[in-house]
Amino acid sequence: MSIFKKIMTAIRGGATEVGESIVDANATRIFEQEIRDAENHLTKAKRELTGVMAQQMSSSRDVDRIKREIIEHEGYAVQALEKGDEALALAVAEKISALESELSTQQQALDSFEGNAQRLKELVKKSERQVAEYKRQLSMVKTTESVQKATSAITDNFSSSNSKLLSAKDSLERIKAKQQKFDDRMKAAEVLESENSDNSLEAKLKEAGIGATNNNANSVLERLKAKQK
Amino acid sequence: MNIHTLADYLNTLADESDTGMVFDCQPISGEVDVLQITVLGREELPIFVSVTDDQVLCITYLWDKSEVKENKMNDMHVSMLEMNIPMPLSSFSKIGDKYVIFGALAISSTFNDIEHELAVLSNNALEIIDDMSDYLI
Repeated sequence: MSIFKKIMTAIRGGATEVGESIVDANATRIFEQEIRDAENHLTKAKRELTGVMAQQMSSSRDVDRIKREIIEHEGYAVQALEKGDEALALAVAEKISALESELSTQQQALDSFEGNAQRLKELVKKSERQVAEYKRQLSMVKTTESVQKATSAITDNFSSSNSKLLSAKDSLERIKAKQQKFDDRMKAAEVLESENSDNSLEAKLKEAGIGATNNNANSVLERLKAKQK
Repeated sequence: MNIHTLADYLNTLADESDTGMVFDCQPISGEVDVLQITVLGREELPIFVSVTDDQVLCITYLWDKSEVKENKMNDMHVSMLEMNIPMPLSSFSKIGDKYVIFGALAISSTFNDIEHELAVLSNNALEIIDDMSDYLI
């Protein structure tokens, strides 16, 4: 069963009770061991690959050298024939024949090294994928466990506060109300500030004898006199 | 990075935060250390932060299964799935009977990244309760 399914099953099974572990306590250890094993395989495969690739290079150089020698000797043989030295040509031909059989052996070795290198490269890739996969799964197990433990700590803490008594809507209402109050206060402060500045301006105007003046007794009397006329 | 260095950072931030939010941190001890973070004015929706080997997990509880109107469960689930990608940085989940919104950050994140995450998470939580209120009692 995949770790994903294991976690789902454990959660659905109600393993959310305090103290109960969602994932088998051994699971973490097993994953860590599997990661270590896979990493060991990886190191070994990489080391082997280096060795095989070195052999492959040396073998490839040998093949090239033999091929060159064959071409060289073929040239010699033709020259010997041109000179009519049949015996020398035969000796060269024998040498070529020996080189050709050596070439065939070397070529076989080279093919086998190439095959090995290819196989090891695939192994390295596969092991790398596996290590990454185990690490991802381990992270899932650890996160699940830690969330579960954190949740139980939070739940314990919640019981001592009244936060859990509020429904989501009530919480939202209260937060909005607080926000509204804050906004109102800000607005009130702004209004007050502007009024204050108006007042001070008025006072300055009055001082300068501009704008509305106080209704004093004299002005009332003036008004009454004006009415009598 | 652990919850105590994060708490120190957020507490010293006070009014200087880029997000315009004031955070108050309270560590909760347990098998796994959890940091309870409240945003000033939003005390009803605290954020819980835990730090593991490879990630920083920020979770806010939204509502309980029992708060969902009968017959509305499916519609709500579909709406939540549809909202999951457009919603910036946060995703939905369910822990036990509680629906949550969460964000996960790499352990290599800076304090500034986490501060940003917390602000976005808090805003998302408020908005999503508002958006989903038709489905809730």
